[in-house]
Amino acid sequence: MSDEFDALPAELQELYLNMQDDLYDGLKDEVVEGTVRALEEFGQTPAQILQYGLVAGMDIVGADFRDGILFVPEVLMAAKAMKAAMEVLRPLLTDYKGVEKQGTVVIGTVKGDIHDIGKNLVAMMLEGAGFEVINLGINVDADAFIQAIREHDADILGMSALLTTTMPYMRTVINRLIEEGLRDQVIVLVGGAPLTEAFAEDIGADRYCRDAAVAVEAAKALMQIKKEARRVKSMA
Amino acid sequence: MTDRLLELLERKPIVMGDGAMGTMLQRAGLTDGSAPELWNVTHPEVVRAIYQGYVDAGSDFITTNSFGGNRFRLKLHHLQDRVFELNRAAAALAREVAGPDRLVAGSVGPTGELLEPLGPLTQAEAAEAFAEQAAGLAAGGVDFILIETMSSLEEVQAALAGARTTGLPVAVTMTFDTNYRTMMGVTPAQAVQTLHRWGVTVIGANCGNGPKEIERVMWEMAQAKPEGVVLMAQSNAGLPRWQQGEISYDGTPPVMAEYAQRMRALGVRVIGACCGSTPAHLAAMRAALDGPPLAEYHPAFEVPETAAKGATAERRARRAAQRSGREEGE
Repeated sequence: MSDEFDALPAELQELYLNMQDDLYDGLKDEVVEGTVRALEEFGQTPAQILQYGLVAGMDIVGADFRDGILFVPEVLMAAKAMKAAMEVLRPLLTDYKGVEKQGTVVIGTVKGDIHDIGKNLVAMMLEGAGFEVINLGINVDADAFIQAIREHDADILGMSALLTTTMPYMRTVINRLIEEGLRDQVIVLVGGAPLTEAFAEDIGADRYCRDAAVAVEAAKALMQIKKEARRVKSMA
Repeated sequence: MTDRLLELLERKPIVMGDGAMGTMLQRAGLTDGSAPELWNVTHPEVVRAIYQGYVDAGSDFITTNSFGGNRFRLKLHHLQDRVFELNRAAAALAREVAGPDRLVAGSVGPTGELLEPLGPLTQAEAAEAFAEQAAGLAAGGVDFILIETMSSLEEVQAALAGARTTGLPVAVTMTFDTNYRTMMGVTPAQAVQTLHRWGVTVIGANCGNGPKEIERVMWEMAQAKPEGVVLMAQSNAGLPRWQQGEISYDGTPPVMAEYAQRMRALGVRVIGACCGSTPAHLAAMRAALDGPPLAEYHPAFEVPETAAKGATAERRARRAAQRSGREEGE
């Protein structure tokens, strides 16, 4: 996996690999058990457990989902297992100390559209990847998106639409972002069955995400660029 | 009750269904994201005209405007108390247009909720909701229930239980839009075999991607289908394209006519269309199906060598080996 991982004691490496496998198979109890063992027997920090066990495991789930090997049910079960392990870690993660928060995402299905499943999957996968996610649910209008972006100082806006009739509303939201002077602050990711690359480009989104795994990859990559830009700016 | 669906299939080697409702309603002005089912009472003339278009195009059955007519979908429009009324209206209008000779299929789509253990919805709750919708459709005079665009077999099971409370025949289609599987990972072979085991005769695929993709799905179903199953296909009229600020589907009537021929060549006996199709597409399909079948059939897709083997199984095996190795070591 990495040099740091290779430097861990063999027994701990095996524990992490098993946690990753259990996560892959959606075995909630086993993942929680592994998390507790890593904490108590090996004195691992929550950050280490996230990095080597949970997030690493979800990366594999994401890759296999992207490649059409896993499907929605398996990913949901894995995300549930991840969530249960996070419940164990959360009290120990005071302000996620030691864990670098990837960024804050505001996500929702646009006005007039009520499709939930794919968007929720994206939200869970982003949480799994270390993002803070504010899920506004379905039928979200531009005002609600703008308000949430301001309130949470969001880095990323994720919009979903499953209908050819509702996807144009994404453009309305992006135009509002421009009007409100927020467009440069947020990365805009869009997704949903009827969308295409060309559509995303046409409405001025930053990236079209074909599925949840791609959304996580895009969120990570674009955040990296954003952080880098911020760093350069602060140095100037 | 006579099974008018089976009777029709005994009478005709190929039964042609109809085309899109949702995209037709959008063309007619339903653009604000409100419930299409509400138009059965607020704009009955529009719904009637769409039904009539498909009758005139030569459809053997027309499908009711009730796809999202279950209480879960309607609740999002605060219409959950009007399930029976809106479904009955959808069916009554269709019955009126279809007359006694053509059949009316009562459309039943997914709840949009996740069933246990993935989500909060129980089988019993889902079945009850489907029964409520089916009762409205039956009261409006449908000849059979068409459970369509499903992605989870668990939900189909609940929909079957609900639909069967009416005593009407039931046909089922699922949507294979994710790497030739449903969103929930169901393969065409699994679908046709499981649904047959559950006593369904007319089984197929609808919506999803375009005609080329559905051809591969139907080919897989044809390979795997148990004897006695009647296959059904309702493809979108191509794929949606975003052009000059508008959505259009790239499948022309000639494309859909060829799709109909290809379905017939694969042994599919119930052939219709889905999103983006219009009466013009169906008329072209009718003309093709009334003519001679294809002289020879060559798949428009790449025939898969073997079905992809899930990595889950491999991983499980590896883990089991790991575990047993560890136990031996202890």
